[in-house]
Amino acid sequence: MSNETNYDQMYSQSRRTALPSGTEAPDFSLRSTPDQWLSLSEFRGQPLIIAFYPADWSPVCGDQMALYNEILPEFQKLGAKLVGISVDGAWCHAAFAKDRKLHFPLLADFEPKGAVARSYGAYREKDGVSERALFVINADGLVHWSYVSPVGVNPGAAGILSALEELQPKKEAAAVS
Amino acid sequence: MRPELLERLTVPVSKRDHILGPADTSAILLEYGDYECPACGAAHPLVKAILESVGDRLRFAFRHFPLSNVHPHAERAAEAAEAAGAQGGFWEMHDLLFENQDALDYDDLAEYAAMLGLDASRLIREIMANAYAGRVREDFSSGLRSGVNGTPTFFINGVRYDGPRALEPMLAALAYAGGW
Repeated sequence: MSNETNYDQMYSQSRRTALPSGTEAPDFSLRSTPDQWLSLSEFRGQPLIIAFYPADWSPVCGDQMALYNEILPEFQKLGAKLVGISVDGAWCHAAFAKDRKLHFPLLADFEPKGAVARSYGAYREKDGVSERALFVINADGLVHWSYVSPVGVNPGAAGILSALEELQPKKEAAAVS
Repeated sequence: MRPELLERLTVPVSKRDHILGPADTSAILLEYGDYECPACGAAHPLVKAILESVGDRLRFAFRHFPLSNVHPHAERAAEAAEAAGAQGGFWEMHDLLFENQDALDYDDLAEYAAMLGLDASRLIREIMANAYAGRVREDFSSGLRSGVNGTPTFFINGVRYDGPRALEPMLAALAYAGGW
């Protein structure tokens, strides 16, 4: 949980610079495994959750990614896909995903380092890692919701779920519990 | 604007829940937990101590939040508690599960059921048929929407408790919430 002495430091300017609702989500193409690539454009037509996180293996990230791993069925029910992005390389991601049995892709924002996080206004220059930032991209590729969490705090899933529910077609919204 | 941190309980404690304590109290402590999670195991004696101290004016409720990918026995254990509950032994099983976190195979669960005088074969049959999977899922979903990001997570009168997991601060928070 939060380290109270550093609480102020954990908040950063990205709380203001993260791309807001309505912005077009910058396209990217990143390695998802040592020999495969994933692009934002491949997710057109369905909601996409992008979870930027500072680093593989760090305790809070682990908890956060473990939580999302557990909730994948809920995200799927809402028609959404999930990707995690950090500056770690593809081999590091592969080891982390295997160890934690993650069932969603981790993308390597590795070269040029942090370029994608920067384009979303979610990069911590001082630390050389991305923020713990969440984006829900709608089917048309626009940012529907974004949130930057204090780095040491697991932002959970409640905000993501509300955002995804807002994107449901009206008729179905009532049926999704 | 949506509030940035949603940390209020979205599904209030009600008759559907497993609740310990007097029928009507000014303070309700709710835990979302996972029987295979070591941190929940560590919090179990703390909850016991709280109940010992103020159990006469407090209600305690427990909901399941099994992280099955990390804890392969957690879902089964949660269903075992529910299956025991169907035979009137939820809290007894709850205690046994937390006290034996590293022994949650079917054999172990059957043994605990027998120890409690429950019908062990019915309990195992119900777990294998996933009779209570829906109920466990309901708990899990309500946690997700209430800001349960890991386990254990406590709520006091519907507000997430983010303070230290220790007796004194929790008693103070309960006393404050309960107006004691």
